[in-house]
Amino acid sequence: MARKGDIVINIERCKGCEVCLSACPHEVLALSKEVNSKGYHYVVKVNSECTGCANCAIVCPDAVITVYREKATSGQ
Amino acid sequence: MSEKSIISPENLVYEKTGVMTDKVLHYCPGCGHGTAHRILAEAIDELGIQGDTIGVAPVGCSVLAYYYFDVDMQEAAHGRAPAVATGIKRVMPEKYVFTYQGDGDLAAIGTAETIHACNRGENILVVFINNGIYGMTGGQMAPTTLPGMKSSTSPFGRDVSTMGNPLKITELVAQLPGTYFVTRQSVHVPANVRKAKRAIKKALEYQKLNRGTCFVEIVSNCPYGWKMTPVESNKWMEENMFPFYPLGDIKVPEK
Ligand SMILES: Cc1ncc(C[n+]2csc(CCOP(=O)(O)OP(=O)(O)O)c2C)c(N)n1
Ligand code: SF4
Ligand code: SF4
Ligand code: SF4
Repeated sequence: MARKGDIVINIERCKGCEVCLSACPHEVLALSKEVNSKGYHYVVKVNSECTGCANCAIVCPDAVITVYREKATSGQ
Repeated sequence: MSEKSIISPENLVYEKTGVMTDKVLHYCPGCGHGTAHRILAEAIDELGIQGDTIGVAPVGCSVLAYYYFDVDMQEAAHGRAPAVATGIKRVMPEKYVFTYQGDGDLAAIGTAETIHACNRGENILVVFINNGIYGMTGGQMAPTTLPGMKSSTSPFGRDVSTMGNPLKITELVAQLPGTYFVTRQSVHVPANVRKAKRAIKKALEYQKLNRGTCFVEIVSNCPYGWKMTPVESNKWMEENMFPFYPLGDIKVPEK
């Protein structure tokens, strides 16, 4: 089974450019209906399939996303 | 299984590097300048050379680069970054010195400084962001604008019979004996971002060897100047910029 991951989105830094959306292999990301204080629709998580691959964070021009991934466990 | 949160420091795999300040970038949404800044900052971070790095900012959209890199920075007059970097490196040869320049800065008004710094083999890193246009001033044609490409000063597309041919300055500097490592990269998809970062890291490491100029072009987008959404601009870049400016190493050190 793939390792579990999670991300934290700094919504105030997000400019809604959508560059990260197609970089995610698990379609975790989408744009919000709401806007941040600058008026940008920001990125939100829409499922819990994140594996912590960091693709979204690596391609984001605005360093919006922080990525976590659970440590590989021995066994199972 | 319990749904325990994995958001904790021991599980951290990616966060904004401390070599970038917390200032929000002024770039347009989806602009490659931000990604290029970030990987350069990450390379500096991973090499542990933050305190020993001096950057030179250009004129162009990245004129405020000194707000974002938490290293010593110097602003240069338009196109003159390689000359300023030359002075800095010669006075402080133990420092890692880079310039960060757009195509208008590097390949138009600064062509002489670019070519002569590379020809002298100044031991600096030149990071060259080629978006085929003058972004900052309103999307005018640059020497790098593709044949047929529309810009605010070539609204019907660049006609090479009257406007000249696009300048592949990266191939040009690769011919000069002073350059040590010359490569062309992009930062629009994760795999390419990783590759571009490796190239920048390698270039910074080479600076210790004192073998000459390292030149890293990043073919980038300008969603504002190209009048496209960021996602459209990246696709357009793949279809139009990459065939003319093919990605990959152009000059690698001899083994
Ligand atoms: C001496 C001088 N001439 C012209 C300008 C106007 N100017 C400012 S930025 C720029 C071009 C910037 O284009 P580029 O280097 O491609 O960077 P980008 O904005 O696309 O990142 C020009 C012509 C200036 N500031 N100073
Ligand atoms: S870390 Fe990977 S899987 Fe998780 S949201 Fe980002 S791109 Fe998708
Ligand atoms: S790439 Fe970054 S700025 Fe763009 S939508 Fe995604 S999180 Fe927001
Ligand atoms: S004008 Fe173009 S190069 Fe400048 S910040 Fe906007 S998208 Fe980027």
